[in-house]
Amino acid sequence: MTPTLQVFLIVSAALFSAGLIAALSRRHAIFILIGIEMMLAAANLNFIAFWHFNPKPQAPTGVMIAIFSIAIAAAEAAVGLALVIAVYRHYRTTSVDHLDQLKG
Amino acid sequence: MSRWIIDHVWLMPAVPFAASLAILTLPNRQHRSAAVLAVAGQIAVLIMSFFAFLPTLQAPGFRGVRNFTWFTFGDHALRLGWILDPLAAVMLMMITLVGLCIFAFSIGYMAGDKNFVRFFAYLSFFSGAMLGLVISNSLLLLFICWELVGLASYLLIGFWIERPSAAAAAKKAFITTRIGDMGFFLGLLWLYGRSGTLLFYDGGNGCLENTGLAMLGASATLIALLIFCGAVGKSGQFPLHVWLPDAMEGPTPVSALIHAATMVAAGVFLVARAYPIFSLGAINGVTSSLAVVVWIGVTTALMAALIAIAQADIKRILAYSTVSQLGLMMVSLGVGGVAAGMMHLLAHGFFKALLFLGTGSVIHGCHGEQDIRKMGGLRPLMPVTFLTYAVGMMALSGVPLFFSGGWTKEEILHVTAHWPPSRLPYYLLLAGVVLTALYMTRQIIFVFFGDRRAASRRAHESPPVMTTPLVVLASCAILFSIVLTPAWPWLDDYLTGSPARVELARLIQPALFLSLVLVGAGVALGIWMYRKAGVQDGRRPAEIDPLEFTQPQLFRFLENKMWIDELYARTIIAFSWMSARLSDRMDRSFWDRLVRGFGAIGQLFGTFTAKVDESGINAGVDETTLGTRGLGRLMSAAHTGQIQTYLGVIAIGVLALLLFYAWLA
Amino acid sequence: MSSVAFALITILTLAAALAAATLQNLMHATLSFAVTLVGVAALFFLLGAEFVGLVLVFVYVGAVAVLIVFTILLTRRDLGKDRGANFWGAVLAVGLFGGLTWAILKTPSVAIVAPHIRALTVKRIGEALMTGYVWPLQCVGLLLTAALIGALVLVMEEKR
Repeated sequence: MTPTLQVFLIVSAALFSAGLIAALSRRHAIFILIGIEMMLAAANLNFIAFWHFNPKPQAPTGVMIAIFSIAIAAAEAAVGLALVIAVYRHYRTTSVDHLDQLKG
Repeated sequence: MSRWIIDHVWLMPAVPFAASLAILTLPNRQHRSAAVLAVAGQIAVLIMSFFAFLPTLQAPGFRGVRNFTWFTFGDHALRLGWILDPLAAVMLMMITLVGLCIFAFSIGYMAGDKNFVRFFAYLSFFSGAMLGLVISNSLLLLFICWELVGLASYLLIGFWIERPSAAAAAKKAFITTRIGDMGFFLGLLWLYGRSGTLLFYDGGNGCLENTGLAMLGASATLIALLIFCGAVGKSGQFPLHVWLPDAMEGPTPVSALIHAATMVAAGVFLVARAYPIFSLGAINGVTSSLAVVVWIGVTTALMAALIAIAQADIKRILAYSTVSQLGLMMVSLGVGGVAAGMMHLLAHGFFKALLFLGTGSVIHGCHGEQDIRKMGGLRPLMPVTFLTYAVGMMALSGVPLFFSGGWTKEEILHVTAHWPPSRLPYYLLLAGVVLTALYMTRQIIFVFFGDRRAASRRAHESPPVMTTPLVVLASCAILFSIVLTPAWPWLDDYLTGSPARVELARLIQPALFLSLVLVGAGVALGIWMYRKAGVQDGRRPAEIDPLEFTQPQLFRFLENKMWIDELYARTIIAFSWMSARLSDRMDRSFWDRLVRGFGAIGQLFGTFTAKVDESGINAGVDETTLGTRGLGRLMSAAHTGQIQTYLGVIAIGVLALLLFYAWLA
Repeated sequence: MSSVAFALITILTLAAALAAATLQNLMHATLSFAVTLVGVAALFFLLGAEFVGLVLVFVYVGAVAVLIVFTILLTRRDLGKDRGANFWGAVLAVGLFGGLTWAILKTPSVAIVAPHIRALTVKRIGEALMTGYVWPLQCVGLLLTAALIGALVLVMEEKR
């Protein structure tokens, strides 16, 4: 049995949910970043899967979007980690529970 | 090569425009860079115009046209274009050559002016606009450039803005020409409405070609007259000539370039360019629109020549002579001598620029004095200026054989003599020739001969940067006649598009002797009348003009420009003042009260609503505000500042969307 | 496409992902994260997008994971404190997973088998990047530069 598009989408949903768990329930800022990266990877998996299962895969659109999204995710990771370091310097903690200066 | 130059004619206006922009960015003290940029631009366009001149020589009636679409609205495309034909090519040569001389002259004349840089920026700007006007193949593009040269003229007349008289003259020039331009614009719109195109030549579909002309029909006369309104304004024809003498408030190089050689000739050029519209349906070469052109031209030519006799300002004399010569050109166009009119335009461009620059040299030498009654005896002090000025004077008076003006004037007289409706314009022009010789002789006697008076005691010759252009222009004024003689009427054939011919026998003809006699009479009369100008003679004090002494009333009449300015002030300007005052009174007494009445009603209503507001609405608003505040407090509690909370809420939102999807499915 | 390989890779990837999300030790979690991404890259290979898979490995395992490790080391003093986790997040994520799975299963148009795969060569990707996607490419370049500078500015020592 060859896997169908459905299966890939479910895998991607699972990966996304795992990322969401990390982003929602962990206290450490780095975990949140890891979670976000995993969610992005799940999205990329979706793009590639849709491109692969396209009945007429002439245009490499899905691949292109995946490449660009990887590049942007890398930029995001760099800035995010820099933010973590900056926050750590300032507050001496990386727990997001303590970062609530924007409380209404 | 010829293809390339036709494709790139647009560069000719573009280069001076670019130079102008570049100069405008210069700091105020960079005199040298500004002059170098402007003159370099002018040299570039001179070279280009020479190369643009070459292809037009290849075949008689050569015409190179390039059109392009400016923009489209709906299914209408507004198209512009440029043209290279003999008419444009000779104008290009004249403008760039005269322009270069005047640019060079200005370096000397304007040296030390604190706004030197700005002056050259304006001058380059004018040069670009004028070249654009000449090469336009579209009446619209021509109109755009027409307004741009008007703007340049305004800026340059009012260049010494700190003088109230200069500012007033600039305003007067702008508004007066605007009256004509209004007519021009109406004619343009009407022409577009009738023919659907403003391109002159468009492969058979232009408004000057057969199909376009056929669509004009009977309205051609009125369209032509409306376009002529523009020409009347720009070329200082009666009754809109009043701005041109006042325009002499500008620096002298400006008077030479714009108000003598090039811009004021644009009106004549416009009529020559749009000539097919003027001559549409001509019987025997006469149409009613052309007849109007003739009579306006004759009136202007004679009137301005008369006024010039009684002027004391050296530049004003030349200004009126310009008006008179432009009238002469208009007559020539009107009677059908397009080529003769254009030839006189070109010749006039050279010698009038020469005369004005000579004037500039004299004024420069006399430390800014412009009154000829205070000069005199400058001949030994300013030899180069005197000699070149004499050449210009003889060319302007129309001395035959050696001076370009003589040949072109003769040509104009020749065509005017054979105008079918009337011989009167011919006789009036003959009188004009005598008058021209008379006032030029008067001017030369006052300025260069006799005793030295107040202003010429410490006069000096101008520097070479100023005298060289004079010499160049003087040689142009003489050498130009080579292509004008009836024996080898090269320029005539070139402009009319017929093959060149040589007939030596035609060199000597009766008209030659006639003009010799007329000019001689004018000069002799001048010498006799003004032989003792500036010195005491019998009961006449030295500072009184001989004509003023013998004919004081006539002199007053001419000196005050036939009271035309006063007439306008009493009629048109008084009328607009009156209507303004009337409107003002109307405004105060009627509209004001009406508005105040409405205001009172509004006030009443306002008082009422204020009551309602305070007792009814305000209370409601207060309640609402309190409610909003409470809600805001509630909402702000949701903002925990915890990013994970926000993220979780987003996830809940996605989940809700999914549930919504499930409910739909 | 071998279903056995697919099953193995999937199990590995998801297990590593769960580990990355739940492991207490930050360092272990990071390593699991790297394994997850290797798994995703392997899935890309299975789907015929070798180039993207390689890019993923290079960028994430090679760069981002290392960056995370560095960050952990730089903020080491904070480790071990505040280990708590809230469970509502996990509940929400599991709920979302259920919803998504249900939606995917309900959609008939995605239950398709792959058509004939045409190899996507790097040459074609390069051509596409340099022709139709050249503007996005330039923009991404600009974005990366800006992100780099921004990151540097953020981590610079605050002036006292």
